[in-house]
Amino acid sequence: MRLYGKFFMMHLKSIMEYKTSFFLSCIGQFLVSFNVFLGMYFMFQRFNNVSGFTYEEVLLCFGITLMEFSLAESVARGFDTFDSMVKQGDFDRVLVRPRNEILQVLGSRIEFSRIGRILQAVVMFSYGFAVSSVRWTLGKVLTVLFMLMGGTIVFCGIFLLYASLCFFTIEGLEFVNIFTDGAREYGKYPVCIYGKRVLLFCTFVIPYGLIQYYPLLYLLDRGKPYYCLLPAAASLFFFPCLFFWKLGVRHYTSCGS
Amino acid sequence: MKKYLAFFRLRFSMGLQYRTAALAGIITQFAWAIMEILMFRAFYQADASSFPMTFQAACSYVWMQQAFLALFMAWMMENEIFDSIVNGNIAYELCRPVNVYHMWFARSLANRFSKAVLRCLPILLAAAFIPAPYGLMLPESPGAFFLFLFTLFMGTGVTVAFCMLVYMISFFTLSPQGIRMVSVSVVEFLSGATIPLPFFPDQVRSILELLPFASMQNVPLRIYSGDLCGTAAWQAAGLQLFWLFALFSLGRIIDALAMKKITVQGG
Repeated sequence: MRLYGKFFMMHLKSIMEYKTSFFLSCIGQFLVSFNVFLGMYFMFQRFNNVSGFTYEEVLLCFGITLMEFSLAESVARGFDTFDSMVKQGDFDRVLVRPRNEILQVLGSRIEFSRIGRILQAVVMFSYGFAVSSVRWTLGKVLTVLFMLMGGTIVFCGIFLLYASLCFFTIEGLEFVNIFTDGAREYGKYPVCIYGKRVLLFCTFVIPYGLIQYYPLLYLLDRGKPYYCLLPAAASLFFFPCLFFWKLGVRHYTSCGS
Repeated sequence: MKKYLAFFRLRFSMGLQYRTAALAGIITQFAWAIMEILMFRAFYQADASSFPMTFQAACSYVWMQQAFLALFMAWMMENEIFDSIVNGNIAYELCRPVNVYHMWFARSLANRFSKAVLRCLPILLAAAFIPAPYGLMLPESPGAFFLFLFTLFMGTGVTVAFCMLVYMISFFTLSPQGIRMVSVSVVEFLSGATIPLPFFPDQVRSILELLPFASMQNVPLRIYSGDLCGTAAWQAAGLQLFWLFALFSLGRIIDALAMKKITVQGG
């Protein structure tokens, strides 16, 4: 943990050398997710509900999903450029050091411009809360915390999975995007609107539904009480990802010069 | 002209080499299109009367958008160009007896076309076999199809001309990341990549349609899906011509200014 703090400060200092560019990137990050919100806003100008969810409810869902994603991203985006690390053989250096590999990979790159997106997530999150007509109880507040935790873990798991795949393919796989950026993009609506099959996939294969749709139903008083515990079940998803990573590390043969 | 054609050919065949990347791209875009269509379906089921185009037209729009993604996505800017500005390799380019603006223009066009050529056919083929409301429909008339092809090229031209502006501006700012991100997200939203322009409220839309961003993907995709037809389609094509010319000239002016003041970075 202290090591991660050191990595953190190191990256912070280096980025502060280019201040203007940094702030512009922050604004850029902010705008990118703001686009998504605006798109949603204009859609709801035209339609007043989607699959029975109103604008306010979808907004709550969007705020929570974006928050989960941004939290995971600020921790685990280091995995995003992992393919170049494998390709250039930099991973060898990681292996010879007597520290945990995951921690080192995470520390290799921390992007502070994500602050823009986190800020956006905080704004959306608070806005979603402000306009929602949820009657808050202790249980529901806990559910939201659960969702944030579970969601962060699931997204981290996907980032880890993406990185582990690089051990086998060397090249980064573009289609994993669907599960990271795509999940953020389409996670703005509760997953049930995409139909039964997508919902099934999001329940049993990659548990997006468990961190977003089911607990949301609970928050809106439409679901069964045990739905609030599902995010905890979703975090189990992390273990197969971790296993896969370990498998990848064992499989790793150095390339590059 | 001949040397720029040569640049175009070179880049084009280079782009065709990346077939695995193309395959990954095809899968991604296919999945993306399906999710997009499912989303539109949910809205359509919620309130069909508020849907601004027919559902089938919306599906065709999405398929075409994903198939020709490489032509219109603003974020597909070329890192090589930015790098050469930042690290000073631009000096080599300046030594050559070619105009940098024209060369990069040809190069960007070639990159986009080669990517699109590799990716569009499998997506279009698969989409054509998907049953009626969800799949890709045929254009209304041969005339509409030719107009679509024409506007497709024009739209690509406008997109590239806009990206060129960003390259040119980074001669002055040196660190391209910021301006790049901001301009990309503005383009994404205003060109109808986030949601198609017909889904905007009417007043907003009538303004957006005049901007250069609407001349990028909005026009060809809507002509294909039959949402834009008759005189409106011709007007839109005319507007595209105008914007292509305007952005191109503006780019040339900034290019001339930049070349006067340029300092080569790095060593």
